[in-house]
Amino acid sequence: MGAYTIRRILLLIPVLFGVSVLVFSIIHLIPGNPAQVILGQRATADAILEVEKQLGLDQPLLLQYFTYMGDLFTGDLGTSLKTKTPISEEIWGYLAATMELTFVAMLIAIFVGVNAGIISAWFHNSWFDYIAMVIALIGVSIPIFWLGLMEQYIFSVKLGWLPSTGRTDPSTTIDTVTNFYLIDTLLQGDFKAFKEVVSHLILPGVALATIPMAIIARMTRASMLEVMKADYIRTARAKGLSSFWVVYKHSLRNAVIPVLTVIGLQTGLLLGGAILTETIFGWPGIGRYIYDAIEARDYPVIQSGILIIATIFVFINLIVDLLYAAVDPRIKYK
Amino acid sequence: MDREPILEIKGLRTSFFTDDGEVPAVDDVSLYVHEGEMLGIVGESGCGKSVTSLSIMGLIPSPPGKIVDGDILYQGNNIVNLPEKKMRAIRGNDIAMIFQEPMTSLNPLFSIGNQLIEAIRTHQNVSKKAAWDKSVEMLKLVGLPRAEELMDDYPHQLSGGMRQRVMIAMAMICEPSVLIADEPTTALDVTIQKQILQLMKELNQKLNTAIIMITHDLGVVAEVCDRVVVMYSGKIVETADIHTLYKDPKHPYTKGLLASIPDLRKKSEKLYSIPGNVPKPGSITEGCRFAPRCEMAFERCFQEDPALYPCSSDEHEVRCFLHAPEEVKP
Repeated sequence: MGAYTIRRILLLIPVLFGVSVLVFSIIHLIPGNPAQVILGQRATADAILEVEKQLGLDQPLLLQYFTYMGDLFTGDLGTSLKTKTPISEEIWGYLAATMELTFVAMLIAIFVGVNAGIISAWFHNSWFDYIAMVIALIGVSIPIFWLGLMEQYIFSVKLGWLPSTGRTDPSTTIDTVTNFYLIDTLLQGDFKAFKEVVSHLILPGVALATIPMAIIARMTRASMLEVMKADYIRTARAKGLSSFWVVYKHSLRNAVIPVLTVIGLQTGLLLGGAILTETIFGWPGIGRYIYDAIEARDYPVIQSGILIIATIFVFINLIVDLLYAAVDPRIKYK
Repeated sequence: MDREPILEIKGLRTSFFTDDGEVPAVDDVSLYVHEGEMLGIVGESGCGKSVTSLSIMGLIPSPPGKIVDGDILYQGNNIVNLPEKKMRAIRGNDIAMIFQEPMTSLNPLFSIGNQLIEAIRTHQNVSKKAAWDKSVEMLKLVGLPRAEELMDDYPHQLSGGMRQRVMIAMAMICEPSVLIADEPTTALDVTIQKQILQLMKELNQKLNTAIIMITHDLGVVAEVCDRVVVMYSGKIVETADIHTLYKDPKHPYTKGLLASIPDLRKKSEKLYSIPGNVPKPGSITEGCRFAPRCEMAFERCFQEDPALYPCSSDEHEVRCFLHAPEEVKP
């Protein structure tokens, strides 16, 4: 396990190098003069020179790259052109908001998706199976913005059960330590605020969970159906094990690898910022942050956002790979 | 024999319900096995051997399969349609089973020890330590070297022969009274086959376990079994003790099977084979099911299904009009 982990981590180096080169070149892929594009048509020559200097565009390309990398290693992501604050200071808050929402969404998606998939496979061709799979089909096909709006209409406007936007009520202030409000409120022992944070997470969480949930349910079902035909499942039953044990121990662990792959991919996608969901629910997440930066042509922010999302994706893949090996003892020997 | 058989099947009929209707895979099969006895069930693929064994275990995939008729008596009690919970207590504990494919019959994601201990603790309320000790003891009993280390190994680290030994250890660990072995040696090298058969014979004698050996290989049967049941297309065609069957086979199918064993002492030019193939289950509805392939068949064979007729010697029965008693003959 140790050697496999180290090998797998070493493999990150070339991938992350590639990511850095790509992200670095974004600014140079802008047709024409980047400073001109950033400032707009009517910028003065002085202003353009100023921005070029600020972005280091007057330096040789290779030097620019090394400066960029050097800054990255010291935790300097550059300065936002719009807010004039260091990106490393402001990005974390947005990232934490997205991570918290993703965590809740994936929790719902995995719990419901995996169990629905298992039950569908176990009672396949039953009414439960048919209904679950039709719901899953609707789940993958439904436009998320529509679902989000319907949720708000029903649960906030009509029923008034849950708040429709934001991470908290506008009047509530939370002392941020980690920027994860669930953790921060608990750290302060403020259970009222904690409940409020949870109630704000439910609607966007469910909206965001829909697609992954449907995909996970279908993948789990297909994988379980395959595994349940295996000889070792017959052996397990011949031993006198209960159906529950056969399913949750012997079948699920064998069926879980493709499901893990899907979970990893979906988590990565959600962490990349679900712009639609975040916009509808007024969620101050990384998707919104990058979207606003694109609108404002705030290139340093766009670069940093993409860099961070790409890095997160790479690390999620690493975790998934390590989980494969933890689940299947045969993998580390290959 | 006077003593009560440990396991007895009476008129078992197991069918699969498909779009084409009911297809009987096992049709009116009756057999029994005594404590400490080794019974062979022989036949080609598709003759219903495996369905018979899965019926005993209550593991017929349902739907589409179902035991339509007949009784399976274990220690005198009918276990057909037993509630799942009671059947589970029998599976692995009283009646255990090993399968043809040792390579895929063990769960690849759990260690040997985990799977052995699980087998014990499913049926016995013992500590992990006791279960571990018992597992090691069983691995030694089935002749596996360095048993303690093996407990932490995973199936893919073992050879086919070793895995089949592990399967046998796992099946025998609760000391069942009946072991069903479904083609236990088919997937193994010839030399390993012999070892596994010897091991099973040893366990049979040492632990007094009744073994039902299911195979297509009459050589395997000759090696270890006391009695043989020959099946063809879901029915028993001949049953006899091992010596009688080899010395004096009655049914043309049995004769054919015996003739197709290669004999190194005779340099015959071509190996004998029974013409034709096993009919698809459910395709023959009239007459003797072997008739289309039988060299001795006459008109009646195609019209009427023969019953199992007793032969001269004890416990020798055959399903063939050639051996029907006078009063049945037309």
